[in-house]
Amino acid sequence: MPEVQPYKATERRNETFSYLPPLTPDKIRRQIQYLVNQGWNPSIEHTEPEKAFSHYWYMWKLPFFGETSVEKILAELEACHRANQGHHIRLVGYDNYAQSLGTAFIVYRSGNR
Amino acid sequence: MAEKTYQAGVKEYRKTYWTPDYVPLDTDLLACFKVVAQAGVPPEEAAAAVAAESSTGTWTTVWTDLLTDLDYYKGRAYRIEPVPGDPSAFYAFVAYPIDLFEEGSVVNVLTSLVGNVFGFKAIRSLRLEDIRFPIAYVKTCGGPPHGIQVERDKLNKYGRGLLGCTIKPKLGLSAKNYGRAVYECLRGGLDFTKDDENINSQPFMRWRHRFEFVMEAVHKAQAETGERKGHYLNVTAATCEDMLERAEFAKELGAPIIMHDFLTGGFAANTTLANWCRRNGVLLHIHRAMHAVIDRNPYHGIHFRVLTKCLRLSGGDHLHSGTVVGKLEGDREATIGWIDLMRESFVPENRGRGVFFDQDWGSMPGTIPVASGGIHVWHMPALVAIFGDDACFQFGGGTLGHPWGNAAGASANRVALEACVEARNDGRPVEREGREILTEAAQHSPELKIAMETWKEIKFEFDTVDKLDAQKR
Repeated sequence: MPEVQPYKATERRNETFSYLPPLTPDKIRRQIQYLVNQGWNPSIEHTEPEKAFSHYWYMWKLPFFGETSVEKILAELEACHRANQGHHIRLVGYDNYAQSLGTAFIVYRSGNR
Repeated sequence: MAEKTYQAGVKEYRKTYWTPDYVPLDTDLLACFKVVAQAGVPPEEAAAAVAAESSTGTWTTVWTDLLTDLDYYKGRAYRIEPVPGDPSAFYAFVAYPIDLFEEGSVVNVLTSLVGNVFGFKAIRSLRLEDIRFPIAYVKTCGGPPHGIQVERDKLNKYGRGLLGCTIKPKLGLSAKNYGRAVYECLRGGLDFTKDDENINSQPFMRWRHRFEFVMEAVHKAQAETGERKGHYLNVTAATCEDMLERAEFAKELGAPIIMHDFLTGGFAANTTLANWCRRNGVLLHIHRAMHAVIDRNPYHGIHFRVLTKCLRLSGGDHLHSGTVVGKLEGDREATIGWIDLMRESFVPENRGRGVFFDQDWGSMPGTIPVASGGIHVWHMPALVAIFGDDACFQFGGGTLGHPWGNAAGASANRVALEACVEARNDGRPVEREGREILTEAAQHSPELKIAMETWKEIKFEFDTVDKLDAQKR
């Protein structure tokens, strides 16, 4: 058993999967496929990192109602990222039966979290 | 014209209360009892006696019976079924008219259904297995102050189960040392920490001191991580006045969630607190101390699925459900039966899960089941598979017992949870591939790796005492 290790200074975290290593493009693709398979409506949101605690981030366009193409969703995420360098960018899945979000995770994390 | 005449004396219950042709109304409250009758008492008579003693009847005829319409107000035993694998017992189904019960009062319902009748001499033993609350009655109850969807929105947590930890040792820490344990857990990645149920306001740590230090810890961890955090501040107290004073102070400090023990505190106190929580925007976590006294014996008491229904009507945003896999009792299918009763808006009859009636909850919000007790990272794949996302997993020893401390333990649990969720979303069979999923995740998390080495040998494989009857066949 290795000896006791100190726990690092607290880091900023955002949303589900923030304790895993950054998702690879392939893993992101599969998580988007899961969101689509659940019948949720994808929506993209972004924010300056210092404002990330708020419930409300900027919406990128409108939720992509009925969009089931992983490629198109990825293209919108990239477009949002290009237009908003330095922002956190998250993908959420609107679940209109639960009237809530089915999932939310960061796709592009700003360097300083 | 009067049709009935008064005759003093004792008559058989079944002449009045056994009505096998009765078709229950949608507005009736239905109950299923498991009955063992005294020797020589026929099942119809025993079932009728249960219906009588839990509604309008008493042991003898009284003249005032004739001043009312007993045919309207009486409970009716309308069906008897054998218990699978047990010739000594039978199920008695009883229908009660809705007007026997005060609106919005599980107190009143339980006083009738599990009152005097449980001490009744003609019955050797009695267990209340299930109640069907008609939607008309459900609509008179307040229910959970917020419910699952509002809690997720308030806390901004989506797409995964919630993570908690009960602070240990149960008793004896000072308020400041206790707050330290909370801070370490929350900064390491948990969503919640929890007061143990027996922490109220003892000499070693008075409630006000605990609340202040704990809320400093919550606010600090929240500011550092950028994630919303909470600690279930236990406001269970000797009186309702004390309970509400503690709740008010928790709110003043910005606590997002408080806690109550609904059985030891009582249903009236619980409903009062749930109403307070709804008015004040504070989430309510419900502990269930004393439940096993009531629900564990297969021949006596009240099944936990009934206590679950009563709590959802009385009000609570979280309720302990058992873990299936940890140190405490709980059969898998039966547990799925009552976690459905916490979360879903309609639960169909399913004898394989011990559910005896369809239960329509209408628009009543759901309660989040809390899996707590003897669980650690190795249980995570099974927990995610059994409970899904709308649940709270609480690792007490499984966080605080990490060789590197609480923050490392918390981080290990969070990594394990997120790895299992990611794998499930990828379509992997999480329970079967649990070992691989955790081992892969541990490559990036030394905290998880050590946790897996620490707890790899611990299992809790004892047989369940209270099995579902359907499994005994």
